[in-house]
Amino acid sequence: MIAQDDVFLAPDVEWYHLSPIIALVSGALLLLVVGALTPRWPRGLYAYVAALTAAVAGALALLQWNDVTDNGVSTLVGGALAFDTFAQMITITICAATFLVALVTDDELRRAGKDGPEVYALFLIAATGGVVMGSANDLILLFLGLETLSLALYVLAASDRERPTSRESGIKYFVLGGFASAFFLYGIALVYGGTQSTNIGEIITSFQTSVLLDGKDTLVLAGIALLIVGLGFKVAAVPFHVWTPDVYQGAPTNVTAFMASVGKAAAFAAILRVLVIALPFHRDDWRPAIWVLAVLSLVVGSVLAVVQTDVKRMLAYSSISHAGFILVGVEAAGHDAGERVLGDGMPSVLTYLLLYSVLTVGSFAVVALVARSNGGDTSLDAFKGLAARRPTLALALTIFLLAQAGVPLTSGFIAKWGVIQAAVAEQSYAIAIIAMVAAVIAAYLYLRIMVSTWLEAGDDSTVREAVPMSTGLAITAAAAFTILIGVWPGWLLDAAQSVTTYAR
Amino acid sequence: MHGGTLAFPILSMLVFVPVAGALLITLLSKRRPEYMKLVAAVSSIVTGAMSVWLVAEFDGHATGFQFVSKHTWIEQWGISWHLGVDGISLFLIVLTGVLFPLAILGIDPHNDDPARDKPYFAWLLLLEAGVMGSFLSLDLFLFFVFFEIVLVPMYFLIGGWGYEGRVQAATKFFLYTMIGSAFMLVSIIATVFIASRNGVGHVTFDLVEIAEHASFAASTGRWLFFGFAVAFAVKVPIFPLHTWLPDAHTQAPTAGSVVLAGVMLKLGTYGLLRFGLYLFPEASLWSRHLWLSLAVIGIIYGAIAATMQKDLKRLVAYSSVAHLGFIVLGIFAVTSQALTGAVMQMVNHGVSTGALFLLVGMIYERRHTRQIADLKGIQAVAPIFAATFMIVMLSSIGVPGLNGFVGEYLILIGAFLSARWYVVVAATGVILAALYLLWAYQRVFHGEPDDDNKTFAELKMKEAAVLLPFIGVIVFTGVYPKPMLERIEPAVDALIAHVETRTGHVAPQPTTIVIDEVTHEEGEG
Repeated sequence: MIAQDDVFLAPDVEWYHLSPIIALVSGALLLLVVGALTPRWPRGLYAYVAALTAAVAGALALLQWNDVTDNGVSTLVGGALAFDTFAQMITITICAATFLVALVTDDELRRAGKDGPEVYALFLIAATGGVVMGSANDLILLFLGLETLSLALYVLAASDRERPTSRESGIKYFVLGGFASAFFLYGIALVYGGTQSTNIGEIITSFQTSVLLDGKDTLVLAGIALLIVGLGFKVAAVPFHVWTPDVYQGAPTNVTAFMASVGKAAAFAAILRVLVIALPFHRDDWRPAIWVLAVLSLVVGSVLAVVQTDVKRMLAYSSISHAGFILVGVEAAGHDAGERVLGDGMPSVLTYLLLYSVLTVGSFAVVALVARSNGGDTSLDAFKGLAARRPTLALALTIFLLAQAGVPLTSGFIAKWGVIQAAVAEQSYAIAIIAMVAAVIAAYLYLRIMVSTWLEAGDDSTVREAVPMSTGLAITAAAAFTILIGVWPGWLLDAAQSVTTYAR
Repeated sequence: MHGGTLAFPILSMLVFVPVAGALLITLLSKRRPEYMKLVAAVSSIVTGAMSVWLVAEFDGHATGFQFVSKHTWIEQWGISWHLGVDGISLFLIVLTGVLFPLAILGIDPHNDDPARDKPYFAWLLLLEAGVMGSFLSLDLFLFFVFFEIVLVPMYFLIGGWGYEGRVQAATKFFLYTMIGSAFMLVSIIATVFIASRNGVGHVTFDLVEIAEHASFAASTGRWLFFGFAVAFAVKVPIFPLHTWLPDAHTQAPTAGSVVLAGVMLKLGTYGLLRFGLYLFPEASLWSRHLWLSLAVIGIIYGAIAATMQKDLKRLVAYSSVAHLGFIVLGIFAVTSQALTGAVMQMVNHGVSTGALFLLVGMIYERRHTRQIADLKGIQAVAPIFAATFMIVMLSSIGVPGLNGFVGEYLILIGAFLSARWYVVVAATGVILAALYLLWAYQRVFHGEPDDDNKTFAELKMKEAAVLLPFIGVIVFTGVYPKPMLERIEPAVDALIAHVETRTGHVAPQPTTIVIDEVTHEEGEG
């Protein structure tokens, strides 16, 4: 289209509305450029700059929240980005997770003597990609965000260069992720072929205004299939999950935490943008596929999690099971996608993402501490006697695990309840019951970790885990948030409700 | 709503006092274990005192819920902190309130490391709060929260302070109950949404509102009911979902067994009444033959299995399966007397089985075995201990003059009106109960003590002080059940009336009315 225009009109750029993204990019550039030109910064400063950047970006998104609720939603930069509470909520989720991960990474790197700006810069770049995915109103832009996120993650997964498993994990993720990106891009191309646009607003208009001629529909359907494959890979939904356990286990634990939180949140935001917002006209076509992905992820994730003996691997499989849970919410959102009044599907998914991100970073932070004190061992045995050595740390881990299991008065319960409620409201009873039964199977896995932690005595020779300040701070904040939301979820649910009014 | 004028939110305090105690304990220094027990004792005694005060203040003639406390909790989902008590839950609350201080004061957790006292008492108090909350909740969400949350402290109590197979038993207990709850959760949400479209008009989790206004299509109601019923059937446990119970009871520490048998199993039967019969009268009646059959199977099966046990604690555990069968029989007989008996029997079973577990715990402390074969002739060396055991056991069998008789008798005559042939079979369960308990008593207490049992210590003052309240309740309720019955009956009658207006089913009239008239005339003459 642009090529046909005689005069290229630059779109207006709403700088203030873009400020979270700008903040993240500037933080990354600051770390990269200034960090490369100056001698080593004082201890912890890299991490604090990264954490501060994430906090500022999150705060900016928070400030813009009222702007949206007061003045309504809009699109930015010529319809490329959506400016709505959906985008804000994903931005806040990603920034919160980045903030926590930066704190955890600080101790991890300094202890290993590898402190430097690169990892933090990559975190911020990946976060930028995630935010772009969550706010994209154009499939091409969404792809750009996806690649920005993914490329940073490939490098991050391999960032512990001395450990072969980390390198292996990076390569594996890169090769498989490249495939998935190709699928996704081809999907965009086919949808473009069917609708003559990559802009989400224009895609919808094309469905509303044009009568589909023979063939075009097939293009869109094939495109949807490929998009689902690409996104299914990114969220680690079964059967596109095979990379997850190896990559999660091999990557440095703080990076795993980042992948499980930011990666997942961004990818699910993309799923909602692409399927629920851009392609509601085909909701009856993609919803069954999501149904199958959800059920497979729930069952396979939970069952395989139970038989693992390595805690990182367990949490990797459990993240697959959680992806299944979130897909239940997507399925629920699919029932009334595109309608004037939306159900609880979308809010429940976004709530789940926020709560799960905090939970999973907290869990992996504890795992990182335990692993560090005994030479990188993350097997169940390493957790034996943790309660005797570090009762508070064990308590925090227990809170995270109980929350992941969905026990009441934790945020995990609110997350699960929201998704199940959304599904039941759309009368998807079968998937709701399957999800709950899978949650019980998964509960066994969390119980196994708790048994090791509390009920089994450790070796006397085991070193007492050191809990450095910034990691301790991150864990405390995550645990407090988990309990706070469990007891007083009203305000968050209220806020999440507004995402049903989205820009396009 | 009587008692609603009370400025003091007593029901909320019943939940919050134990929670506050638990929090305080976690804040105390672990170097001062003696304070842990003190705090635990004080907060549980305060809770117990409040629950007893509740009975005194309770208006026995009123139907409906009293002392209601209602505050919005999660507005978006129509969820509120809604507590209330009626004749059905009243005595279960007292039972909880009284049982916990006894378990906390009377049972030594045997921690090698005094620092372990801290989590032990904190978990017990949290458990008390959870159980209280479950009995008090009048909001489906709130009930689910409490119903689920009790699993966590119980899991840690069994897993941390139990016997050899504790980890496996605790895990089994947790997962079994959670599987049931999974169905209930979906059912709760579905109930709320379907109710909001059929009669209620808005999304609310309020039990009373849904029960009074919602009208479910028959098939819908049945599905929803089964979602709830599965969770409760696991908790009760109803045959064939009982297999977690013997393990959990046997492996749990004494305090755990006492609480588990005393109050936690009642969450299941209470749930069947409150969220089965009250919420889904049509479905409950429609499926009653299933429940009656399973109840009767449970009675007979539990009794036979108990007879076969070599382990005294396991025997008591299986006897619970049989006794809970009676309660389920009473619930699904749906006559005034049977329901009254069922409610009463919930309390009686808590008292007598709780006491039995205490006594078995004392035997284990002395002899470090629970095998019946290892015990012999204890009566000769410890007659008071034996006598106490005898009284509790007779109460469990249901001998007239003790509390067990009143409940069981009411269930049997009440159920006879509506489910005659089930009662015929169930009545043999009474005889079987006498068989397995008396036989066990005979093997353990009669005969000449061998060398190992010669030194069996007599009941200590402290132990006697813990057991005395149990014996007192057993005898008092057995001789004079009226104060209890007259508080239970109005609530039960209201429930039956609710079922009758909702379904058109007419509960068979109790024949005692005639007897009342006769005695009345005699009194005048």
